[in-house]
Amino acid sequence: MSGRLSGRLRPRTRHGWWLAAALALLVGAVVLGAMVGPAGTISSANWSIIWKIRLPRVALAAIVGSMLSLAGASYQGVFRNPLVDPFLLGAAAGAGLGATLVFAYFRTTTVDWPIDPLPLAAFVGALVAVLVTYAVGASFGGSSLTLVLAGVAVAALCTAVQQMVLLRNADVIDEVYSWISGRLSTATWADVRLVAPYVVVSSVILLMHRRQLDVLRVGDEEAASLGAEVKRVRLVVVIAATLGTAAVVSVSGLIGFVGIMVPHLVRLMFSASYRWVLPMSIVVGATFLILADVPGRVLEHGRETPIGVVTAFLGAPMFIVVLRSKRRFT
Amino acid sequence: MKRFTSLAALAAFLLTAAACGDDSKESAGTTAPDTTTAPDTTAAPDTTTAPDTSPAATEPAPEDEFPQAIVSLSPTATEVLFAIGAGDQVIAVDEFSNYPAEALDKPHDLSGFEPNVEAIAALDPDLVIMQDPMIRPQLEDLGIAVWIGPAAATFDDMYSQIEQLGAATGHIAEAAELVGQMQTDIEAAVAAATLPPEGLTYYHELDPTLFSLTSETFAGAVYGLFGLTNIADTAEPGNPYPQLNAEYVAIANPDLIFLADTKCCEESPETVAARPGWDGIAAVQSGAIVAIDDDIASRWGPRIVDFINAVSAAIQAVQVSA
Repeated sequence: MSGRLSGRLRPRTRHGWWLAAALALLVGAVVLGAMVGPAGTISSANWSIIWKIRLPRVALAAIVGSMLSLAGASYQGVFRNPLVDPFLLGAAAGAGLGATLVFAYFRTTTVDWPIDPLPLAAFVGALVAVLVTYAVGASFGGSSLTLVLAGVAVAALCTAVQQMVLLRNADVIDEVYSWISGRLSTATWADVRLVAPYVVVSSVILLMHRRQLDVLRVGDEEAASLGAEVKRVRLVVVIAATLGTAAVVSVSGLIGFVGIMVPHLVRLMFSASYRWVLPMSIVVGATFLILADVPGRVLEHGRETPIGVVTAFLGAPMFIVVLRSKRRFT
Repeated sequence: MKRFTSLAALAAFLLTAAACGDDSKESAGTTAPDTTTAPDTTAAPDTTTAPDTSPAATEPAPEDEFPQAIVSLSPTATEVLFAIGAGDQVIAVDEFSNYPAEALDKPHDLSGFEPNVEAIAALDPDLVIMQDPMIRPQLEDLGIAVWIGPAAATFDDMYSQIEQLGAATGHIAEAAELVGQMQTDIEAAVAAATLPPEGLTYYHELDPTLFSLTSETFAGAVYGLFGLTNIADTAEPGNPYPQLNAEYVAIANPDLIFLADTKCCEESPETVAARPGWDGIAAVQSGAIVAIDDDIASRWGPRIVDFINAVSAAIQAVQVSA
């Protein structure tokens, strides 16, 4: 059935099989994620640990991984730039600044709070930074280039303030650095419940725009001549992607590389059409982050290896291998 | 017109950026509870009422009333627990809990900085002691009691944390005794060292890049007992941990230098004396450079007395040599 026929199968069917295979892999990752940890594999003795500590991590890894990948793919589409990630317009720098302010000035006073102000500050920081970027970029015409440049400026400003705060509060550098490296180790079901609504809304909106993203691939002017409302699509996609990104960053810190790597992995192995890149990025991103989180909890006994370190350490070589193999085949 | 729009954009940009900075500050600041000390509510999980019912040593409280499987992720709290006789109830400590020596007999590969909840939970503790509330929700979900003891800002904070740990572990009397002994020792150390009429200045070094601290900090309060003047106080108002530069230190010309970077960075009176341009500093000329154990200078536990004694001795020595 392969060989002669495979090239002639209708794309839709072939893609459907790929999606099914990716989903099966995701299920496997969830099972593995539930099985592996310092407290041992599943047994009646440690069921409470697995249900309350390990599974929320698996769920949060899936949510964060899928959201960052989906947002990264959408950003890449809307800016027609393969080097873009969901932090392009200042979301990471804004969230980092918000988190830094909490660590530097409000950590000891908020020990007793029922709600941790840290995710709130990160969320607000990310949203505000992107909104400022958009406002500045739009005031200069709103082309994708001015938006990107405005994002660079906003990120630089937020980072400068963050560094100044850090130098004046050197005692919290460790905590801030750990947050910046990404963190799934503090996941609870409450975190999952907190971010899930944002991620669902954001994902639905982005998926609804997957065909428009394909149209945008030909360029702003050509897309407009084809009837696409370029600016509206860009605004909606950026807002939706930012909302989701800010939500996941608020609970997981800054997990790099996923948002840029997973969409490319999907494109290289699968299809360049956003109709397929977006849903596949969701599934592959979730799988990747669940798997990347496993070494973090067992690599060093008694200590967490930050997830951001693992994603880059595992992801970079994997990415290079895929790049090489693709070059050979094409 | 074009210039106007770009100016307006810039103004909006800066305003919003400033607002973005204030935002979290405000939302966090307005409703902040007044205390900075360890929370009493979580401090003594269902044990607060128990201790004073045991009137004499003849009948100790039933063992199961107090936690018998404590995990301490705070080096300071570990020192306190062993000092008040709760060491036997400790089952594991964090990687930096290196004092007293018996603490090292316990498993000590846990991280308090990147804590692994599952590894902690797998030990089946009944009380986890931490400096940071980061993983408190997860532990409490598992029904594990948690006590948070953030860095003390004052001596009262320190004494209060010791007493809370005593209450939480069933060692109220020992904790009170420890606090009393510390207060007596500290009074004696302070009484033994009187300053010359013109006073003395000091520089407290946290690392070789000249990060220092002001009188506002806990270590600063130690020097404050003696009435010493901190040269870092005027360096950067509002920042309790300013980074000085070599020239600033040379001009300030401190009478005493305390090195809290002897373990981390292997600084010593010799390396400090050899720094270019420092040979004219009064402390270098009189040899009043004091090496303090980094751990002792950064923890708010029983060994603060050692720190205070070292300061007292240095003040006496510098006046003899003068």
